Amino acid sequence: MFGLECAVYMGEEDIRRQALNVFRMKLLGARVVPVTTGSRTLKDAMNEALRDWVASVDHTYYLVGSVAGPHPYPMMVRDFQQIIGRETRRQILAQAGRLPDHVVACVGGGSNSMGIFYPFLGDAEVNLVGVEAGGHGVDTEQHAATMTKGRPGVLHGSMSYLLQDGDGQILPVHSISAGLDYPGVGPEHSYLKDSGRVQYHAVTDQEALDAFQVLCRTEGILPALESSHALAYVIKTAPGLNREKIIVVSLSGRGDKDVRTVAAELGVTL
Amino acid sequence: MSRRGLLENKLMEMQRRGEKALIPYICGGDPGLEETVRLVPALALAGADVVEIGIPFSDPVADGPVIQKAAARALAAGATTAKILGAVTEIRRHTDVPIVLMSYYNPIYSFGVEKFAEAAVDAGVDGVIVPDIPLEESGPLRQAAAASGLAVVPLVAPNSGPERLAAITAAGSGFIYCVSVKGVTGVRQEIDTDITKFISCVRSHTKLPLAVGFGISGPEQAAQMAGYCDAVVVGSALVEIISGKGKSPDLIPAVARRVREIKQALNGLGGFANAAI
Repeated sequence: MFGLECAVYMGEEDIRRQALNVFRMKLLGARVVPVTTGSRTLKDAMNEALRDWVASVDHTYYLVGSVAGPHPYPMMVRDFQQIIGRETRRQILAQAGRLPDHVVACVGGGSNSMGIFYPFLGDAEVNLVGVEAGGHGVDTEQHAATMTKGRPGVLHGSMSYLLQDGDGQILPVHSISAGLDYPGVGPEHSYLKDSGRVQYHAVTDQEALDAFQVLCRTEGILPALESSHALAYVIKTAPGLNREKIIVVSLSGRGDKDVRTVAAELGVTL
Repeated sequence: MSRRGLLENKLMEMQRRGEKALIPYICGGDPGLEETVRLVPALALAGADVVEIGIPFSDPVADGPVIQKAAARALAAGATTAKILGAVTEIRRHTDVPIVLMSYYNPIYSFGVEKFAEAAVDAGVDGVIVPDIPLEESGPLRQAAAASGLAVVPLVAPNSGPERLAAITAAGSGFIYCVSVKGVTGVRQEIDTDITKFISCVRSHTKLPLAVGFGISGPEQAAQMAGYCDAVVVGSALVEIISGKGKSPDLIPAVARRVREIKQALNGLGGFANAAI
């Protein structure tokens, strides 16, 4: 739009899973560069974008769609994303006349969750819950539950919880949703976990898939598979709460892009 | 016997004699640890003045495709930080050549920074290069290294400004690794950085020996670069040979041959033509 060239690094696997988003980016004029190294997902795309940037730093602006990576990016992305939380806070005060009891959001790198949590951090009465990708289960090797199963390490220029082996090698991760398929997490989330301000839980691929369908049928909303993790947690835990409690769940993305994945999971040929 | 200061002294001594040092890089454990143990003494015999051994990492963001693949091969073959330190212990039975380890920070952090510095020195390592730790975060590593007698070789790039150069070089030891280009490791046809200007700028901040690396492919380019600095690092060009030879009997002679050619070019004994042995 401004005549600037835009290269988007994306794992080959994610290009396949997010075909609709890739087509949209191309319509908008971006060059989408497939990354074929490593697990061919977000982590490898970040490696490749950083490699590009160290060579092109004189004329190229690097940006990342998550609160991960080297300082000041996690801070910048948080500051931009916090519009989500600010609007949420204003709207819930206008509609309910009080703050919510719970705010729930999915966490991969953690940008939508950081955005919605940040303006509530000072409100001690608001419980903040981050929901990670449990994949096939956190006791298998096929998940991306960084907070639940990781330990501190350094990747992409920041220290945070990481899924890694005993030698500090980053482990392959899995999630049904491309956006949560990351072995690290934004460093500020690690801080919020350690400080106890935010609780982190994992839900499985299957639970997310079920929640995806529940929202379609009950509200006519097609949520992203990422956001379906947050929904799944709410569906699991809300029945145990008093009816007066207010839960805000962050629907961070639309599920149009995930229809193919969901159809395949449900055994439907499109 | 303590090796404290040996790396820096050797390079300083060569500088005084007007000799240019050659620092070949190999990825530890590629194609196997056994080959690493045999390669290092062979490189020293072929003219390597210091040998740089990479500890493979799953996400080598400062490396181009050649070294990325080498790291993947080494990890698949079972290389770990502890095993590479074990290989250095073994190498020390055969050669006294100064050894620097190149490692991303996470394997070191995971090992335990102090424990790593001690284990590295016990194994006979002289220095360490950590490409993804910025000066501001390098305190614990530098303290542990200083306590153990391990040099911490910092990297500087053509876009490091004067204040940054002053701070980075002041905190360094062993030598200063001057990255010749903006970008990742890998062979390049041409290095278009204004090397004279860059190196003289680094030189104005430190008396430590200066090594230039990234993108240097062969004898001619090495000799050209050496005109500006004290040492050259040659990595991807050798790793490519290792990749091609694998575990064949020709592996060590082929890599040694290349190192000898480059060293001869540095010695000014003639380039390509009469270097082949």
